[in-house]
Amino acid sequence: MISLTDVTKRFPHSSQPAVDRLSLEIEAGKVVCLVGPSGCGKTTTLKMINRLIEPTSGSIVVNGAEILRQDPVKLRRDIGYVIQSVGLMPHRTIEQNIETVPRLVGWDQARIRKRVDELVSIFDLDRDLLPRYPAELSGGQRQRVGVARALAVDPPVMLMDEPFGAVDPIVRERLQDEFLEIQSSLKKTIVFVTHDIDEAIKMSDRIVILNQGGKIEQHAPPEEILRSPANEFVMQFVGAERGLKRLSLVSVSDIGVEEGPVVSPSASADEAKRVIDEFGFGWTSVVDDGQLLGWVDEEMLHDAAGVDEVKARKFAAFVTPDSSLRKALDSVVSSRTQVAVVLGDGQNYLGILTLEHISKEIIH
Amino acid sequence: MILAQGEPLLEWDWIVRHSSQIFERFLQHAELTAIAVGIGLLISFPVAVFAYRHRWLIGPVTWFTGLLYTIPSLALFAFLVPYTGLSTTTAEIGLVSYTLLILIRNIVAGLDGVPADTREAAIGMGYTKRQLLWKVELPLALPVMVAGIRIASVTTIGLVTVTALIGQGGLGYFILLGLRRFFSTPIIAGTILSVAFAMTVDAALLIGQRALTPWVRRKSPGLAS
Repeated sequence: MISLTDVTKRFPHSSQPAVDRLSLEIEAGKVVCLVGPSGCGKTTTLKMINRLIEPTSGSIVVNGAEILRQDPVKLRRDIGYVIQSVGLMPHRTIEQNIETVPRLVGWDQARIRKRVDELVSIFDLDRDLLPRYPAELSGGQRQRVGVARALAVDPPVMLMDEPFGAVDPIVRERLQDEFLEIQSSLKKTIVFVTHDIDEAIKMSDRIVILNQGGKIEQHAPPEEILRSPANEFVMQFVGAERGLKRLSLVSVSDIGVEEGPVVSPSASADEAKRVIDEFGFGWTSVVDDGQLLGWVDEEMLHDAAGVDEVKARKFAAFVTPDSSLRKALDSVVSSRTQVAVVLGDGQNYLGILTLEHISKEIIH
Repeated sequence: MILAQGEPLLEWDWIVRHSSQIFERFLQHAELTAIAVGIGLLISFPVAVFAYRHRWLIGPVTWFTGLLYTIPSLALFAFLVPYTGLSTTTAEIGLVSYTLLILIRNIVAGLDGVPADTREAAIGMGYTKRQLLWKVELPLALPVMVAGIRIASVTTIGLVTVTALIGQGGLGYFILLGLRRFFSTPIIAGTILSVAFAMTVDAALLIGQRALTPWVRRKSPGLAS
């Protein structure tokens, strides 16, 4: 979808090229984050794709066409563009701002109106905002309008330069979640620049970690970058908590569950005690025909002959195969016996997760 | 002192008798002002836009128009009369010269005040250079530009009175007349009308600017996001 080949940018009066022979393939429908320290050329690279910055040499192909041979104005109208400071037109109402590109490309009034309605519903914008001016909106509202405006003519490619950088962390997280949800149905090809590795991990299908001069240190899915950083630079950039960060990208089903202590309600108390002793957690799950009923411990079984004589207690928390390891870890460390029970659909008992099992994944 | 002994400061009688002449001179005053500011804008606008795009020009342009601005008006008119006579042309050359510095500076300042992110977003969305200027930069520069037009207009209205010395002058005619005859009534009438005219034009331009730029005053902290 987007392919950069040997792209170099030298700015005048600068001895080192800002971007030096960068080659990169970006797959259609994916979010690719360019991330790196300041001066790594990530924004320069982004702006070369819509020719706000002209490459010194190299080739950039978008949708099968070499962009350096296209009219830059036409090219930019076909590519959505969102910047950190949003850049809404202060003298235009929100509605007029959203209509900007459709008007530039000459859509008729009816089509524009219909599209604005669509965008209002996609972005869940308050219709009362439409006749207002940007200065009357909060930072978070402006960011959403900025993204809606960039999507107005439904461009297949979007360039986003720290689009959620100017809002506070709580609003940022909500905007990121909203955007991921919208992207999951729109499937745009998105080049996303950020200096925040956590944002990159959250937002992207693939991460490109850049060093000075646009040197690619690693280009891989987020999980892989956290699991096996290519080199010292990536390890440093990703930071000390990379094991923990990775936990949110790996699901319980990825690492599989462990066998846990299980008895059926028809088991005798002695048999249940044997199972409890064998696993050493001090309790056992009670499972009837695949269904988890709860747990019992030795004390509860003290005066009973069979498991069905006591009422099994409910687990306070459990995880599902789709849960992230981060959530599983949370359940494990907050349980008294450091074990999380894994349930499938409809209370279906699958097994357990222990701290030991999860930490194997962290250390890897 | 200009006052002759025993005469009242203002003779209403004289004003009533000369009302049609006063009106005529007022129209001349308005015309001289409008032409001066109009031609001033016609010159300043392209020069300012050009200098804004070729920034090295801003220095020389400001220097030259600043030089024009410092020439005493009397001297300028005296210098021009041998070439263009006691004419409207002479008056306008002087009046226009004095508007240029203020207008060019304010137009450039207005364009400079356009937020860089707005400009970048506009180019990134596919505005041509011309569309950027007319649809983004100029509307956003309007408040500062109008501020310049207001100062230029008020200055010009005051300066028009001086052109009475070369047979023009609008309301300045009465000021000069009064000075020559030691007669206070036309001086006071001419001055008050000139000041009132300047204040009216200033207010009208401000109202016009506010009507054209509704976004400037509509700022609130915003709704909860």
